[in-house]
Amino acid sequence: MERLDIDVRRCKGCGLCVEFCPKHCLELGDGMNAIGYHPAELHKPEACTSCSLCAEVCPEAGIRVFRKKKGKP
Amino acid sequence: MSIEMAMMGKASADDRPATTCDDVECVMARPASMTDKLMHYCPGCTHGIIHRLVGEMIDEFGLLDHTVGVCPVGCSVFAYEYFQCDAIEASHGRAPAVATAVKRTDSSRFVFTYQGDGDLASIGMAETIHAAARGERITIFFVNNGIYGMTGGQMAPTSLIGQKTTTSPSGRIAETTGMPIGVCELLSSLKGVAYLARVPISSPKNINTARKYMRKAIRAQLENKGLGLVEFLSTCPVQWAMSPIAAMKHIDNTVIKTFPPGVFVDRVDPVDATSTPMPAVAHTGAEA
Ligand SMILES: Cc1ncc(C[n+]2csc(CCOP(=O)(O)OP(=O)(O)O)c2C)c(N)n1
Ligand code: SF4
Ligand code: SF4
Ligand code: SF4
Ligand SMILES: [Mg+2]
Repeated sequence: MERLDIDVRRCKGCGLCVEFCPKHCLELGDGMNAIGYHPAELHKPEACTSCSLCAEVCPEAGIRVFRKKKGKP
Repeated sequence: MSIEMAMMGKASADDRPATTCDDVECVMARPASMTDKLMHYCPGCTHGIIHRLVGEMIDEFGLLDHTVGVCPVGCSVFAYEYFQCDAIEASHGRAPAVATAVKRTDSSRFVFTYQGDGDLASIGMAETIHAAARGERITIFFVNNGIYGMTGGQMAPTSLIGQKTTTSPSGRIAETTGMPIGVCELLSSLKGVAYLARVPISSPKNINTARKYMRKAIRAQLENKGLGLVEFLSTCPVQWAMSPIAAMKHIDNTVIKTFPPGVFVDRVDPVDATSTPMPAVAHTGAEA
C-alpha cells in the first residue's frame, strides 16, 4: 500500500519534502495543479519508511503519512 | 493497488476521504485545529510550518474550545482564516495589548499571539516589552524572518548586518541603523517572563525542538507562571531572493550567528530558586 497521501490541491512545489526525505522517495512531478504548481509525487513507494519527515517540513500541512500497524505483518 | 487510508480515529482538518482498514494507521495529518483553507503564503515559506505547529499544540492540549488567537499585520494577517479557534485581528504591533485585554477579561481562555518581527520588534516593541514586564499570562509565537515580508522586503530591526533589503540596497550598516535587536536577549532580564526560547525552522529536527519549546511556552500560561514566548528563526524565500531550501540553509549557516538558538528563560520547570514566577494578579473580570 502507499504510505503517503500528498494533497495535490495544496502543494506549491516548494521542494522541501523532496530535499528532506532521507530515502529520496519524492520528486516534483510533471503535472500541474489548479494553483499552477508541480506537485510532489512519491516515485519510490517501496523505499518509504513512513518516517514523516516530509510531512514535518511541508509548509502547506498537506502530507498525510500512514504505516502498517505493529504486530500485523 | 489503490491507496488505503486509515485515519483510525485521528482527528484532522482534512476534507479528503478517510477510509479505515485494520492493519494501517495514520502517523501524521493536518491538525484538527486548522481549517481546510488553502494558505496564501509563498511556496516554501515557514509561516505554514509554524501554523501547523500551532494547530498541533491546540489539538495536543485540547484547548480548541477556549482558545483566542490574536493575529498581526504582516504576511500572517490572515492567520485567523487557518485556525478553527476564535481570533481577533489586532492593529499593527498591538497584539500583546489585545491579548492582555482578552486574558484579563476571561482568564479561563488560552490566549496566544502570532506576530512577525516587523510587527513585534518594530512598531509593536513597546507593547511587547510592557506585556513581558507585567508578566501577562499570554503566549507569543514570534516569527522572525528578518524582514518586512508583506510590504515588499524592507529592512526590519532584526535584519542582519550586511543584509540587502529594499531599504538597505547595499546591505544594512550598523553605523546608521544600529545592530539587529535580539528579542530574546532583550526580554530575558524581565521577571514577568516565564519562558523564552529561540529555535530555527530549518530542519525536521529543529521543527521538533520547536514543539518542545512551544509546549513550555503554553504551560507558562496554563500554569499561571507568566509570559511565554517562542521566537522562530524563519525564512522569507521571496524577499530574501532564495529558494526555500537555500533559505533554510541560510538560517543554519548565517542567521544563527546573530541570533543564537536556545532556551533563555525557564521558570516553568525552575531549576534554581532565582527563577520563581512573578506573583499573579487576580484578573477575574467579575469586579468590573
Ligand atoms: C500602522 C501601520 N503601519 C504600517 C503598516 C504597513 N505594514 C504592513 S505589514 C508591515 C511589516 C510586516 O512585517 P513583519 O511583521 O516582519 O511580517 P512578515 O510579513 O515579515 O511576516 C508593515 C510595516 C500597517 N499596515 N499599519
Ligand atoms: S515518510 Fe519519510 S521516507 Fe517516506 S517519503 Fe516521507 S520523508 Fe521519505
Ligand atoms: S513540502 Fe509540501 S508544498 Fe512543498 S513540495 Fe512537498 S508536498 Fe508540496
Ligand atoms: S513574502 Fe516572505 S514571509 Fe511573506 S508569505 Fe512570502 S515568503 Fe512568506
Ligand atoms: Mg518579518
